[in-house]
Amino acid sequence: MKYVKCHPDKCGYKLVCMATCAKKVQKSDDPALANIVITKKDDGTIDMNVCNQCGQCIDVCPTGALYRNKPGVVRINKDICVGCYTCVGFCPTGSMRTHESRTVPFKCISCGNCVKACPNKALAHEEGEFEPSYFEKGEPGEPGETFPKEYF
Amino acid sequence: MPTAKELQAMKSKHNVLATFSYDKPKVDKGYANQTLYVNIESNEIKSKPVTQDMKDKFIGGRGFDLWLLWHAVNDDTRWDSPENEICIATGPIGGTTQYPGTGKSLVTTISPTTEQVIDSNVGGYFGPLLKFSGWDALEIQGKATEEIIIVIDGEESTVTIETAPEEPVDTHILSEILTDMYAEDEDDRRNVSVVSAGRGAEHALIGCLNFSLWDVRRGGIRVKQAGRGGIGSVFRNKKLKALVVRQPGVSGDSNNPADLNVIQKTGVKMHREICTEDHRQERMRTTGTPHLIEVMNAYDLLPVHNFQYGKHDDTPKITSDVWFKLFTQGIPDGCWYGCSMACAKTVENFELRTGPYKGEIVRVDGPEYETAAGVGSNCGIFDPAAILELNFYCDTYGVDTISWGTTVAFLMECYERGIINKEHTGGLELKFGNREASLELLHQVARGEGFGLIAGQGIRRIKKIFADKFGADINFLNDIGMENKGLEYSQYVSKESLAQQGGYALTNKGPQHDEAWLIFMDMVNNQIPTFEDKAEALHYFPLWRTWFGLNGLCKLPWNDVTPADNPETDEPNKVPEHVDNYVKLFNGVTGMNITREEIILQSKRVYDFQRVFNIRLGKGLRKFDAQPYRAAGPVTKEEYESRAERYDGQLKELVGFDPEGKSTEEKLAALRVYKEDQYEKLMDSVYKRRGWTENAVPKIETLKEIGIDYPEIVEVVKRHL
Ligand code: SF4
Ligand code: SF4
Repeated sequence: MKYVKCHPDKCGYKLVCMATCAKKVQKSDDPALANIVITKKDDGTIDMNVCNQCGQCIDVCPTGALYRNKPGVVRINKDICVGCYTCVGFCPTGSMRTHESRTVPFKCISCGNCVKACPNKALAHEEGEFEPSYFEKGEPGEPGETFPKEYF
Repeated sequence: MPTAKELQAMKSKHNVLATFSYDKPKVDKGYANQTLYVNIESNEIKSKPVTQDMKDKFIGGRGFDLWLLWHAVNDDTRWDSPENEICIATGPIGGTTQYPGTGKSLVTTISPTTEQVIDSNVGGYFGPLLKFSGWDALEIQGKATEEIIIVIDGEESTVTIETAPEEPVDTHILSEILTDMYAEDEDDRRNVSVVSAGRGAEHALIGCLNFSLWDVRRGGIRVKQAGRGGIGSVFRNKKLKALVVRQPGVSGDSNNPADLNVIQKTGVKMHREICTEDHRQERMRTTGTPHLIEVMNAYDLLPVHNFQYGKHDDTPKITSDVWFKLFTQGIPDGCWYGCSMACAKTVENFELRTGPYKGEIVRVDGPEYETAAGVGSNCGIFDPAAILELNFYCDTYGVDTISWGTTVAFLMECYERGIINKEHTGGLELKFGNREASLELLHQVARGEGFGLIAGQGIRRIKKIFADKFGADINFLNDIGMENKGLEYSQYVSKESLAQQGGYALTNKGPQHDEAWLIFMDMVNNQIPTFEDKAEALHYFPLWRTWFGLNGLCKLPWNDVTPADNPETDEPNKVPEHVDNYVKLFNGVTGMNITREEIILQSKRVYDFQRVFNIRLGKGLRKFDAQPYRAAGPVTKEEYESRAERYDGQLKELVGFDPEGKSTEEKLAALRVYKEDQYEKLMDSVYKRRGWTENAVPKIETLKEIGIDYPEIVEVVKRHL
């Protein structure tokens, strides 16, 4: 599985990645729709936030709209997503995104467009590995204990 | 589960008695702006407009239900009168997907056990799908002559009444059959919700309704219960087998809120809070409500042996660590989309040991705390498998677990005290702890035979039977039979909290914890010491909690998780940040601009209206708020002596009675005089704070002040002034 790795120390805060992502992936000029977010903190340092494809959101989704595609990237099936935003609140890195013009969340699809666009090489497309979720394994969850047959 | 062919055969036996086609409105700011009326006697189906006045005064949910019911019945309507209705509604916020606890249905009817209005709050997808099908509420009137179902298809915009002669009645089979029958394909099952009862509800008066949802993750049906007050019995009495709603395409803006952005932001904030806080606080996501078992036991509040005691040495056998291991973990367990509190736990692969489904492997929805304490500790059954088996059968038979637990506990005490014996019970040894006996009695209810026919009637009627037919002492039965207004108590010992005694018995529907839960504020933290303080709490909290029912909300995400800084706020018991969330949700959905205070006013209208409704039905007055003495203090010697130090101390410090050298009987009597007097004083203070007369009748000036002085309401009140 390939994911976008950030190197904030190299970032020049030009926000080329955000513009590129918004344009190429979301077909919009609004950088607030980008799947990657670069912010300057109060102390002047740069924060880069993008999904690392860990997949923890998959098991909080009540509809099964979140899944890992063949190459291993976590995707949202917009047709069955009900826009509950549980995944947004539970994402460990805060990388599931929302926008007031949308009723479903959006996230990095690991296409690498931003990586190519970054003039400072502050982004890289790297291989990663993660524990599959229950849903991916086709299991409803961690099964509970059962009672011995001769219980009563 | 029947095959596709068998399903088809079953469906081919349906005879469509009426079809109604309608123009489906787009939901606008939380309202479909029409309600659905179905008469299953005349087969009339029609749409009624929702007026602005209805929205202003009654908001939705329970408010709409009550308003519709009020106009459907007369002063003499009883639970089984044809004009009695079952009304179901969510509310304006109901169906929101972004905030936890926003998918509840509110159900009302005239109850067989309380003979006045009952309301019940239930999860499952029915209410929201009903609204998205174009209906803010559904009222069902009349009695059918053959077994029928009502099918609401929001996509086709049709409502049909169909005979359904062949489908089995029990919920775990019926809800799955009907889901499969009315879903277009496998994927469509998530868009179907079924309401059903079961065989038990046919013979018992404590019947419940099950509201289903299709759990995509488990690939099966889940059911949540509208448990209280026998609504399932009314349902079966009407020969209703089921209600089916189908509405595909739920999305983040199906409720079409005025300001989606506010809803989304408030929702995300709350999900985040649950994500970071729940595992540190109540652990609802992993253990659901049964985490309360050990808490209640620790504070001597867990009902044991028919509320005689508040703790037991065997409690560790049914505490949350046990349930944690039995529940499936790591899966979204909301009873509607977006409930990240996810308390609706299940036990999978449970093999039934008794009854008609013996040997089958089933999913058990629960237990909730109330079930585990009710059919468990209160009956002396400290056995998780037996609790699960009772939980499963109560649900599928359509029997309320809370009423069942409290009733069986009462019967067991009667048995142990020799008030009834094996001759009365048909050989059942109804001793505390006898799990087989409780189960067999439940199966008798479902079969409509033996002692089950008595047990299913609820405590109020059972007391009368025991006194009239078996020569029992009615005064003693009244002391130990844990019911008020005809409703069985839910599962908290209220003896040491006067405020909670009021929270239980000074209610509209009867002793159910969803009106007020004040034990910690009162008994543990001593935050409301005076009568005025208690009256204020018994004004504010019941109204605050009523509001959830007006809007289609669940109470749990309000205070079963709280922001990390909640203890530092002015009024942590109210959870101010969450109150603000609800103000935002209401305004965000409806486009209105209410304040925190208006929440209380909105509830006050419906609350007082419900009181007047009860008065109209010949109930609702002060005398009906009386509590069984066991809710307030020790009835028997054993109870007194088990906590002698506590009670002796109370006699000395509060009563001014020196217990030294006195017999237990003398001490019991002195304590009782004091406790009963305290309760009377509490009633006086509470009624005064609520703007009611001493006889618990809302004053005309109160009705004027809150704007529900409609002539028909004032007319009822005038009869009692
Ligand atoms: S917002 Fe959509 S993808 Fe995210 S948890 Fe909810 S249903 Fe699943
Ligand atoms: S907190 Fe529990 S009962 Fe309430 S809505 Fe969520 S899952 Fe349902």
